[in-house]
Amino acid sequence: MKVPLKWLQEYIDITLPATDLANRLTMAGIEVGGIQVVGGNWQNIVVGQIVAINPHPNADRLTLPTIDLGTERHTVVTGAPNIKVGDKVAFAYVGAQLIDGHTGQLSRLKSAKIRGVVSNGMACSEKELGISDSHEGIMLLPSEAPLGAPLADYLGDVIFDLEITPNRPDCLSIIGIARDVAALTGQGLHLPEISYEESASHIGQQISIEIVAPDLCSRYCASLITGVKIAESPKWMQQRLLACGMRPINNIVDVTNYVMLEHGQPLHAFDYNRIGSKEIIVRRAADNETIVTLDGIERILSGDMLVIADKERAVAIAGVMGGANSEVSEETTSILLESANFNPASIHYTGRTLRLPSEACMRFERGIRPELTLPALKRATQLIIRLAGGEAANGLVDEYPGKLDRAPILLSTSQVTRVLGVEFSLDQIVGVLTSLGFACKTSDSKSEVSVTSPYWRSDIHQAVDLIEEVARITGYDKIPDTMLSQPLPKQNPEPIINLKKKVRRSLTSYAFQEVITYSLTSLEMLNRLLPEPHPLEPMPIRVANPMTADQEYLRPNLRANLLTILCANRRYEDGGIRLFELGRVYLPRQQDLPEETEVLCGILSGPRLVKSWHSGGDLLDFFDAKGVMEGLLSQLGVEASFEEGSDESLHPSKQAALVIAGNRLGVIGELHHKVRQAFEVYEPVYLFEIDLTALLPFTTSYKMFQPIPRFPATVRDLALVINTGITHKRVQDIIKGFPLVNQVAIFDVYAGEQVPPDKKSLAYRITFQSTTHTLTDEEVNRVQRQILDKLSSELGATLRG
Amino acid sequence: MLKQLEEIKSTALQELEDISSIKELKSWPVRYLGKKSELTKILRSLSTLPLNERKNVGAYANKVKVNLENSLDQKEQVLREAELAASAKRKVIDITLPSRPFPTGHLHPITQTLYEICDIFVSMGFQVVEGPEVEWDYYNFEALNIPKEHPARDTMSTSWIDCENESGERPMLLRTHTTSVTARIIETMQPPIRVVEPGKVYRYEASDATHTPMFYQIDGLAVDKGITMADVKGTLYEFARRFFGEDRKVRFRCDYFPFVEPGIEMAIECLVCRGAGCRLCGNSGWIEILGAGMTHPQVLERGGLDPEIYTSFAFGMGIDRLPMLRYGIDDIRLFYSSDIRFLRQF
Repeated sequence: MKVPLKWLQEYIDITLPATDLANRLTMAGIEVGGIQVVGGNWQNIVVGQIVAINPHPNADRLTLPTIDLGTERHTVVTGAPNIKVGDKVAFAYVGAQLIDGHTGQLSRLKSAKIRGVVSNGMACSEKELGISDSHEGIMLLPSEAPLGAPLADYLGDVIFDLEITPNRPDCLSIIGIARDVAALTGQGLHLPEISYEESASHIGQQISIEIVAPDLCSRYCASLITGVKIAESPKWMQQRLLACGMRPINNIVDVTNYVMLEHGQPLHAFDYNRIGSKEIIVRRAADNETIVTLDGIERILSGDMLVIADKERAVAIAGVMGGANSEVSEETTSILLESANFNPASIHYTGRTLRLPSEACMRFERGIRPELTLPALKRATQLIIRLAGGEAANGLVDEYPGKLDRAPILLSTSQVTRVLGVEFSLDQIVGVLTSLGFACKTSDSKSEVSVTSPYWRSDIHQAVDLIEEVARITGYDKIPDTMLSQPLPKQNPEPIINLKKKVRRSLTSYAFQEVITYSLTSLEMLNRLLPEPHPLEPMPIRVANPMTADQEYLRPNLRANLLTILCANRRYEDGGIRLFELGRVYLPRQQDLPEETEVLCGILSGPRLVKSWHSGGDLLDFFDAKGVMEGLLSQLGVEASFEEGSDESLHPSKQAALVIAGNRLGVIGELHHKVRQAFEVYEPVYLFEIDLTALLPFTTSYKMFQPIPRFPATVRDLALVINTGITHKRVQDIIKGFPLVNQVAIFDVYAGEQVPPDKKSLAYRITFQSTTHTLTDEEVNRVQRQILDKLSSELGATLRG
Repeated sequence: MLKQLEEIKSTALQELEDISSIKELKSWPVRYLGKKSELTKILRSLSTLPLNERKNVGAYANKVKVNLENSLDQKEQVLREAELAASAKRKVIDITLPSRPFPTGHLHPITQTLYEICDIFVSMGFQVVEGPEVEWDYYNFEALNIPKEHPARDTMSTSWIDCENESGERPMLLRTHTTSVTARIIETMQPPIRVVEPGKVYRYEASDATHTPMFYQIDGLAVDKGITMADVKGTLYEFARRFFGEDRKVRFRCDYFPFVEPGIEMAIECLVCRGAGCRLCGNSGWIEILGAGMTHPQVLERGGLDPEIYTSFAFGMGIDRLPMLRYGIDDIRLFYSSDIRFLRQF
């Protein structure tokens, strides 16, 4: 909402500098988003009058107007075709700052000789003054412009750009703002006096109103003005409309817009003679009923929308836009002026559905009060008669099916203290509310007041609404800052939040960079994860109104996004890339919100170490991924094992399932080559993934402390030759099963020349240790023999010679 | 005999004196203290001497032996120190060469910010809770005084889930704010309540330098007997003080959110111009940080809490802007582009 201060000053004396006023309004909830100074650089520009126009001796297209400034006269050279003697213009002295009509840059006016004649100053166009883009002719000022007055005084203004919150439609008006300024500054309001002559013929004989849908139209008022003459509205009105961002049309339409800006009540003017049956019917549209709106576009309506109609047809979409069939035109002589109140939700729905946001819509959908219709209607009728002539029919029509009695609200000082945390006296409270136009009735009680909200306020329903008024007008800075003084509530932290934190911190300690990606993805991306195409099961959850095709489905996994990122980062990063995301995936459930599961997914590829003058380029591989998983699970105190995996996106023989207490809760593996190619990655990629939601129950117990050994350990190395197909884990499990074996580490895996075909050599370092005594060689030898016997009998292992 | 010992001693010590490296030192003890040395021979031949001479010569020979051993130790130490010093001089490293880099990982700047904010509120007795991102219209809007066709819905363009109920309405959406968790908490928890609710939120909006269709928010809620607007001011002021620094000015002004009354907007003095007005703050000198207010009685009541007994405050803020302000990041899309050249800076 744009508010020119000169207009505002018509209703309230402004005693503060503009920036201070802006600050007061902002603090009180009416945010001044911008302050525009019109004519801020109009020094040396004054109002002048053309007293003579002589031809230029050397040029047919140029003339030499003489401009009277009251105390002096100047002759200038101009090419403008639109001037005549008696016109008032803006005269710029040499030295004035003007916008160059051709370059658009601000420049200083110099004395110039044009075709042999010196031009001492200049009559300005709107563009040169920065008022509009019009550069066709010289800007003509209203005849009442005071001769010789600085243009900045006459036309200059300060315009506030206000951001009005949805609860304050009353502030979508100059008078509404004036009311808040009055309360904030203590100045009195002076509102326009409304009166006009009425003719003898009663309006009721010339138009009838029927509200068929009272749920959507609580009130419908109208006046009738006959004998009007359509013309341009006066300059001052056009300027105000332009300053507020509205386009002048003609005197009738301009008045409706002007009064809407002034009072906040949208109005609509019908050409009375084009209302066929002289009946106004306020009804729901029929499904698929059509109407051509003022902008010439045919609109298809539905039964949820409200129209203004005569007997035959709709003549307007109520509160949204008028119909072309009843539009005020140059031939119009009689005006039926509508001032009505429509259901906010219905207007919002209609405006949104037809994509017709308008100034009127914006006011109705925020819920203006029906009491506003009459003052606005009378004011507009008065202005139409003043600007377009004609006379008003006797009386107004006023159908008011939605009349509500608003009960006063009881407000006590203790309620105010309870909410604001600071005491206000009843006098202070009543003072603030009265200044805003609330009617306050105090009784014998010194602590309670009965408050009725003024007819323009639609946002006051209960005591807290009044308390906010007290707080915002007094100033939030008058409320102290205190810390909560109540006892601390019990805390029941959600374990998953803690787990997520631990996992994130752990992953960064393994040099993984956290990423956050969009939760929405596309089927195309998800399909890239399938080496052999097949329908996704279950289908991911679709968004009904996707913004873009690549954000249509809620992700059922984190993989696709991570691989996309890997590809993007690979373009400029040739070092190792380790990324993880910890976030939710969304799995559909019948008739319910989706299951949101917390998943950890990581990918790694490229060199293991940062390439430097110290180290070369060993590549990350499966066992790095496994190491991260094991490290993480160990930090979480979870016992896990790895079993053969079956994830279709992973390499069939280079993957493992993570198994915890018999549950498969994750995977690690090398990405299937078809999958990584689909993501345009051309190097091996390793991936790990854990369902953290499922893991959570296994992370909540504590791992018990292991005493630090007091007796020395004995270390033995065993090199075994064994069939290729036997896994390390089987060997390790056997060795670990023996008493005194504290640790088993594999330190070499070899297959090749010195080992028979189909065999491999595994070298183990076994640490023997007792918690009760220092081991003797004999003890260790005995266990080692037993180990070898068992490895030999169960796995066919032999000692390597 | 004694004279011979004296000679051995002085020759040995003289020779020791002349040795200048550990290497040369190795043969010296062989020569003078070894099995075949003169001194050892004398010590071995002691038994052949007459008893009175044996005692004198024996004592002296041992004295010489100890003397030589000590001298050797001393010499060795001197030589070792000299060699260390020389080697230290020789083996100077170029400390300006780059380090052997350890690969490092970083938390996402949004995560870091969220954890920092949560820690501040946890220290004031708030508990961190989370709620669903795919939400019912009810918790996102209706429960918060935003019925269908309310203009406040226009400011939060919504992505709807493709699923309709019997009346043809779409009941599920991607939550547009974490205030939906506030609605759930009011319904499920019993006062006293102090919670903060971080998480992802979604808007049906095209991306640009200041908008992304997904971003982060944190909401907060306190419900108890006797909570006032002074408490919300104090709590949020304390947050701002800890997050933005002691000397950063804070401003509370009236604003409107359907689920609070009175409504508050908190702004901090602009980080660039410190209040003078610049492009970052739109010339206002202030940067809006969060919305807050006293929880609307209807919202409490709808969730089953009696507003006559309890008062409550609520607040909500966008997270992404905070690291943007702190680090001077000018494009919000960088957070979700996952460019590691960006992410590893934090």
